[in-house]
Amino acid sequence: MDLTCLFRPSSMAVIGVSTTHDHHPANVIYNKNHLRYPVQTFAVNPKGGRLNREPVYGSVAQIEAAVDLAVIAVRSRFVPDVVTQCIEKGIKGAVIISGGFAETGDKDLQKEVTDLAAQADFPFVGPNCLGIYSPDAVDTFFLPGERIIHPKKGNIGFVSQSGGVLVDQMVKFAGQGIGVSAAVSIGNKACIRETHMIDWFEQDLGTRVIAFYIEGFECREGREFIKRAHTCTKPIVVLKAGKTARGIAAASSHTASVAGDYRVFSEIMAQHCVAEADTEYELTSFCEALSCYPKGSSGHIGIVSLSGGHGVVAADACGHHGLDIPEITEQTAGAIHSRLSPEIQAIASLKNPLDLTGSCVDDDILTAVRHLSRDPHIDCILALLLPYSPGISADIGAKLSQVARNEGKPLIAYVPKEDKYKIIIEGFELNRIPVASSVEGAVLMAKALKRCHPC
Amino acid sequence: MLTPRITQILESARSAGWVLEPPAKEILADRKLAVPNNVLTHSKETATRFLADCGGPVVLKAVSPLIVHKTEHQAVVTHVQDPDTLAAQMDRLLSLKGCDQVLVEEMVSGIEVLVGAKNDLQFGPVVVLGLGGTSVEIYNDTAIRLAPVTPSDVTSMVKALKAGPILQGFRGKPGVNMAALTRMLVDFSHLVMDLEPFFESIDLNPVMCDSDRCVVADARIILLPER
Repeated sequence: MDLTCLFRPSSMAVIGVSTTHDHHPANVIYNKNHLRYPVQTFAVNPKGGRLNREPVYGSVAQIEAAVDLAVIAVRSRFVPDVVTQCIEKGIKGAVIISGGFAETGDKDLQKEVTDLAAQADFPFVGPNCLGIYSPDAVDTFFLPGERIIHPKKGNIGFVSQSGGVLVDQMVKFAGQGIGVSAAVSIGNKACIRETHMIDWFEQDLGTRVIAFYIEGFECREGREFIKRAHTCTKPIVVLKAGKTARGIAAASSHTASVAGDYRVFSEIMAQHCVAEADTEYELTSFCEALSCYPKGSSGHIGIVSLSGGHGVVAADACGHHGLDIPEITEQTAGAIHSRLSPEIQAIASLKNPLDLTGSCVDDDILTAVRHLSRDPHIDCILALLLPYSPGISADIGAKLSQVARNEGKPLIAYVPKEDKYKIIIEGFELNRIPVASSVEGAVLMAKALKRCHPC
Repeated sequence: MLTPRITQILESARSAGWVLEPPAKEILADRKLAVPNNVLTHSKETATRFLADCGGPVVLKAVSPLIVHKTEHQAVVTHVQDPDTLAAQMDRLLSLKGCDQVLVEEMVSGIEVLVGAKNDLQFGPVVVLGLGGTSVEIYNDTAIRLAPVTPSDVTSMVKALKAGPILQGFRGKPGVNMAALTRMLVDFSHLVMDLEPFFESIDLNPVMCDSDRCVVADARIILLPER
């Protein structure tokens, strides 16, 4: 199924615009795409007329130009006719925003639309969804642009059964500086489902991590998802909702999903190296970490800090999240010790977690990370960098990134997220080393690497 | 692929909703899962001969389509060593509701392990491993994997159990034969894939595992409701 028409359309028709009601979802969608995206946009309403001095077409048939994408925001009972008209016009695919299908009990109407589309090989997203946000290409969310926070263009492909969760997650991504390659709300997923999205994002060069918010699968759909995920070459992250009795009941009325047995879901995801995030915060950390280290690691962590306290906090968090902090070899400790600045040789603690003390300088940190990377017991390194120390320069991010690139073991940094430390943070991020804004966040990134590693 | 004989066992059990222990074990034995030596009989003479031949204690189990949970009906007698006890218990079991035959089995010992399967709505067949016996429901210490499983899945299942060290050998006590347990779970997981159209859940509980082998001491197959 070619979804280019949905994610990178050259032209689109927005069906159901109102000439009297400015806040109608179709109007919001028409306006934002017409004004801000590189897509030729046509407004459609059977009554015709004009909208913002532009023509409103009575039907898609009246549009002379070829149309790639139809965004359908009409009452549910009109959707089958509109879909038929779109197919007759030769439109390549649709986003059906309208609700009033399986989620309200009208499975027959949904089936009618699905059957029509299937016969014509006409892919569509929805119904009952926000649709697609594809940075620099198209945005079918009926939320005014000034109200939502768009993450920058980036490498996370995010797919959600809930539009609300999707938009909220976009805020969190933006807050952490994470960009999306596309964000898709699939709603009732009557046609395009999670497995199609794995196919799309796997071949999409701009996507490095595929993330899902999932409430439930249909009969045997979970097995199809796993089959597809198992062969996918990109890391997959899932956030599951509907884990408890009350959550399961809520999922049923929200997207008509059967949430299923959560333990079965969770253990099968782990079995097949799909990284399950326990919370929305973990989802953000997991996406960032796996976009840098898609192969994961087995969770043996070496910790370098400038403060003993931070080492203790990180060690506790590692223990809590099931990560191991092995002892380092004598050779590693010896190699580091012999190269440390004389000022800290007597006071630095070279047991994992390593405490280089507040008197260390850049080179001490580089030395510690370099030799920890060479220790056979360690497969991931957390560098807890406190830029308050006078011996730490603004170049530490770029310099440490270079060491990590050379040594080839995953490095995760913690740097307080403040404007004045931005040069350090960018030093890491521009070299694709993930940076967390808290110690806990850094540990969650390490957890992500373990979760997508064979257990 | 299921043999015609196994399909026939499953089809004929549809109306009852579950497969009795002897035919359930026949299905397992067909896939080379170890089951105890046994005889199915209503004759005390046959049972006594079996006791003499196997030389050790035997277990007697009432076979009745009306008894799903045998322990709750005192339908299992273990450690039967002498012909008099055997005769008296045969009489008692044959008087239980719906029981016209008794399964007489050699008694196997070892660590009690649960091997199970569930036909999940979203994922299809999954297999379950845990410590066996009646405590499994209390501790809820089980590992679940999508069927079919690989040997490395079994290793990770054992590792995931809190009781994993017991299976691996703990404080000088021998553990179970991991190769035998692994082979059993892998073979069982392929069997449940073939049984997908028929079953709702399967409990092999307990499977008796020692340092030599794993033997299915009890088996119950619950079938999907008839459509």
